[in-house]
Parts: sequence; C-alpha cells; structure tokens
Amino acid sequence: MSSVPTPTGRAFRFGDNIDTDQLAPGPFLKLPPQQLAAHCLQAIDPTFVSTVRPGDVLIAGSNFGMGSSREQAVVSLRILGIQAVLARSFARIFWRNAINLGVAALIFPWTEEIAAGDEVEVDLAAGRVTDLTRGARWQVEPLPPQVLDMLAHGGLIPYLRRRQSGASSA
Amino acid sequence: MTLVEKVIARAAGRVRVRPGEIMTAKVDFAFAHDSSGPRRWQPYLEQLGTGVWDPAKVAIVTDHYVPATDLESAEILSTTRAFVAAHGIRNFFDMVGICHLVLPEHGLIRPGAFIAGGDSHTPMAGAFGAYAAGYGATDMAAIIASGETWLAVPHTLRAVWSGAFARGVVAKDVMLFLCRTLGLDNAFTAIEFCGPTIAAMTMLERMVLCNMAAELGCDTGVIAPDAVTFEYLRSRGAPVADESAAAALASDPQAACRAEHRFDAGALAPQIALPHSPANSVAAGELDRIRIDQAYIGACVGAKLSDLRMAAEVLRGRKVAPHVRLLVAPASAQTTQTAIAEGVLASLVDAGAILLPSGCGACAGLGAGMLAAGETCISSTNRNFRGRMGSAQATVYLGSPYSVAAAAVAGRIVDPRELLDGVSGEPA
Repeated sequence: MSSVPTPTGRAFRFGDNIDTDQLAPGPFLKLPPQQLAAHCLQAIDPTFVSTVRPGDVLIAGSNFGMGSSREQAVVSLRILGIQAVLARSFARIFWRNAINLGVAALIFPWTEEIAAGDEVEVDLAAGRVTDLTRGARWQVEPLPPQVLDMLAHGGLIPYLRRRQSGASSA
Repeated sequence: MTLVEKVIARAAGRVRVRPGEIMTAKVDFAFAHDSSGPRRWQPYLEQLGTGVWDPAKVAIVTDHYVPATDLESAEILSTTRAFVAAHGIRNFFDMVGICHLVLPEHGLIRPGAFIAGGDSHTPMAGAFGAYAAGYGATDMAAIIASGETWLAVPHTLRAVWSGAFARGVVAKDVMLFLCRTLGLDNAFTAIEFCGPTIAAMTMLERMVLCNMAAELGCDTGVIAPDAVTFEYLRSRGAPVADESAAAALASDPQAACRAEHRFDAGALAPQIALPHSPANSVAAGELDRIRIDQAYIGACVGAKLSDLRMAAEVLRGRKVAPHVRLLVAPASAQTTQTAIAEGVLASLVDAGAILLPSGCGACAGLGAGMLAAGETCISSTNRNFRGRMGSAQATVYLGSPYSVAAAAVAGRIVDPRELLDGVSGEPA
C-alpha cells in the first residue's frame, strides 16, 4: 500500500465556525478551480492566499467547514497546497469531503498551543502532531484505518480504483 | 432504537445498530442538482469505468444555475441534461423548483428511506421520517456508481416541543432559536423533533425544521411519520402502502438518546439572526429597528406555499417601503401555480414585490438579487454567512417570512406582530 503522508509546514490559524462561503465564496463558484482558490478565506485573511505554501497546515477552532456540501471548499485548500487541517471539531460533510479528496482533517484539541507561523509536522499514521518550532508534541486519536488507507491513495476515487483492480486481479 | 437507528439498521442489513458504529448502508434514493451532480460526477465515473447503479433510484433537479444567466451556467445545464439522457434517469426535474421541495411534491421522499443528497440541505427530507444526509460530489459519485456508502451511526438529540405558538411565530423562529440554544457544532448527531407542537404542524412547516438541522451541523433532522405525513403523500398521488409499518418507525419510548431538550412553543417570540451566523439570533422586539435595503423571500426553507402565504398576510393591502426592494423567488413551479390560484402572488406583486425564477438564486449568491458592499438585507433563507449573498461587506439578517415581509413594509427590521395585529389569518 502507498504510504500515509506526513504534512510539514507553517501553521496558519483560524477561529471557530469557518464556513464554506469563506473557503469557496458562492459568487465565485463558477470560476475554474485555480481562480476560485484565489478567493479562499479572503474575507477573513486577505493575505492568506499570497503567503500560503505547499505543506502548510491549517489550525482552526471548532466546527471547521460548516455550511454547504460544496467540495470546492476542499479543492481550493488542496490547490493551495494544504495537506492537513487540525481543528477542535469539523462539520461532517467537510470532513468527509476532505478525506475523499486526500486532505487530512484531524481532530486536535490543543489548537491554542500552536502559534501562527510555527513549523508543524503532522504524522497522520501515528496520530502525532509536533510543533518543531517549540519542540512540543501531542498524541491524538489516529484516523480510522480505512480513512488512512484512503489518504494514502490520495482520496476516495483512487482508493476505489485500487480496490477494483485488486479485486479483478485476485 | 431511535427512528434514525431503525432506518440505518434496515439499510445496513443489521438487526440493530448503536451510535458510533461504522458500517456500510445501501442507499434507497440518491439525488443531486446541477451544481453538485453530473458535472462533478462525470470525471469520477469515467475514472471508475462505471455508470449509474440504478437510474430508477436517482433523481436530478436543476435549481442552482437556472435559468442560465451566462455561458458558464448554460454549459452546466447542458452537461446536466446530457448526463440524464445518457444514463436513462427518468426522475429529472428541469427548472421546476428547488430539489428539496420538488422531490416531496412528486412523492419521491418516502418514510423509512435511506436518502443521499448532493446538497447540505438534504435533511429537509427527514420531515417524512427518512434518514436523509448531505454529501459532497466525490461521495455522491461513489454512491451513484455503487448504490452504497459508509457512515458512522449518529447519536440522537431530541427536541420536544409542547404548547401552541403565538400569532406570528412559526417553524423558522424555532430553528433560529435552536441555532442559538444548541449551537452549530453538532456533527455526528441527528436531531429528532417531537411533541404535541410538532404533531400539529403541516408538512411544509415540518420541512423547515428538518432543513435547518443542517445549520445545527447535525447529520440530519427527523420527524416520525404520522397521519399528517400520510395525508400529504396521498395528496401527492403517492400513498404509503403500509401506514402502520411506517408509523412504527417512531423512536421506541425507551430508546437511548444523547440529550433531550424540552421547549414551550408558547414562550417563543419571532427571532431574527444577526450577521453573520444563524446562531446570532435574538427576539425581533429586542433589536434596534435596523434599516434595510433588500428583503428576500426565497430558498428551499423560505419560499414554499406556506411562506408566501405568510408574506401575503402581512403585505395584503400594503406597500413595500420606497427605499426597499422586495424580491420573491417561489421555491417551485407548483408553489407559483397554487399561489396564483389563491391570490397570494397578486397580494405580493400589488405590494411591490419583484418576482424571480424558482431556484436557489440569491440565497447561494447565484442569479439575481446579489448585494453590494454596505447593503443590508433581511432574508427568509437559512444562512447568512459573510459574502454568501454577494459582497463580503454586505450584511444579512435572517427571519421568518412574516419578519421579512414586515421589514419590507416598515423599511426596518421590526417585530412582525406589529403588522399582524388586527390582520386575521390561519396558521400557515
């Protein structure tokens, strides 16, 4: 099996109840994904899109991704290179969409202890989060095996394709 | 077991299920709209090399980009129609209203069904005693290909309502109140609405409760099927074959639930949610009389026949304030037809309302009715997230159709009862 990724990058911090209209604003939904991503979180942090780099990690409060079922909320984060979101809790549809598209969404209760800009490593397989800047480490409940397997494949569709080919070659 | 657990157990082929258990369920009915459906599924189905698992169990409704306002919208609709034709999907409803209302109007939402919808307001179908949850496009593509999905069995919250509402207080006020009281962070739970107040509600008002279970963050909202449910489905030419079996879906009296909240309907006042969250609700009378630019009656939750009737009660014989634009987008073509026959639509137009096409429209920042920076809107829709209806510098207040219509007349947000005093009316 492919290996589970270990996203490592700088922390970007956001508050509670970040909704899907902040991640993928309704009036821009018809735009091609790359252009839509340029509006991600702009109403809260206008500098986010210009400063985020691949591997960076979002740290948020409770109920991250509430609102619409629009998958563009995750697609935009993925285009910007976000591989992991740590939050105290997630909205159900966002959480499923994230896993389905290969973005790790991990419940993490200590979001206040990581400062914006800290270098963070997220070992998904072990459920271990390390703040490399501060040398602090936390252990969380790892994601269920089926979910880790999906992330290792890059999402639900590649995962199902692998299962199909596995079944036909068996 | 609770109602939700009974539906999931049957769909998963289990004798019983418990909250937190992860399992695979067979989907009885799947639907999506033009935004979340075919245009997003097609690439996935091609990658998987599969078609639609059972076209008879799938419905497609165009409601987001209707009618096309530009080339992109036209292409999205064209893709949707081509997909429906190619896959032999007969339950196709093209520009006749919003999916969450059109499907029950056609008798397609059945008590006890496991329903997957490609839209976050799918829980509205739970008003019929179905387990109805929203899914993103990738999940939906996998469901369309296989007819099944995985889930964690949700915990059940019970909201028990007793007593009668005061004049001018309706289901929408209940939900704005619950968003404040229960918060929006209720993932992996289902909310069940019950008690004498709920039993006395019409199906259209029950749909409001279950629709906004989405705002609570619940997987779904449900109401046990009863005589009101069965009568609605009979009136739609789709009677329930075994009503006693459907009624037995009701939660067992001893079934465990995570929490039970009891409320007195008689104590509830009209509620207004302040920007930018449905949880920011207060009693309308406690609010400063905020001046508005736009009043919007629209969306699955807020432009059904019951909602247009409420607006007409307020607007009949009155005029919209000169500085306000009142936009009305009836939620379905059938809603429009009945509202014409009843004279409801004439009351709205006479008062100065501007009619818009049936569809999701301005609620989702689509079509006509967007807001400019600095503008203030009161809306009968379900979400007032920053930027959703246009500019991120616009502000949106949420209220019942009574409250929206009253604000349109007063030019300011008021307690709608100020305008209902002396106006006779039957409950919607």
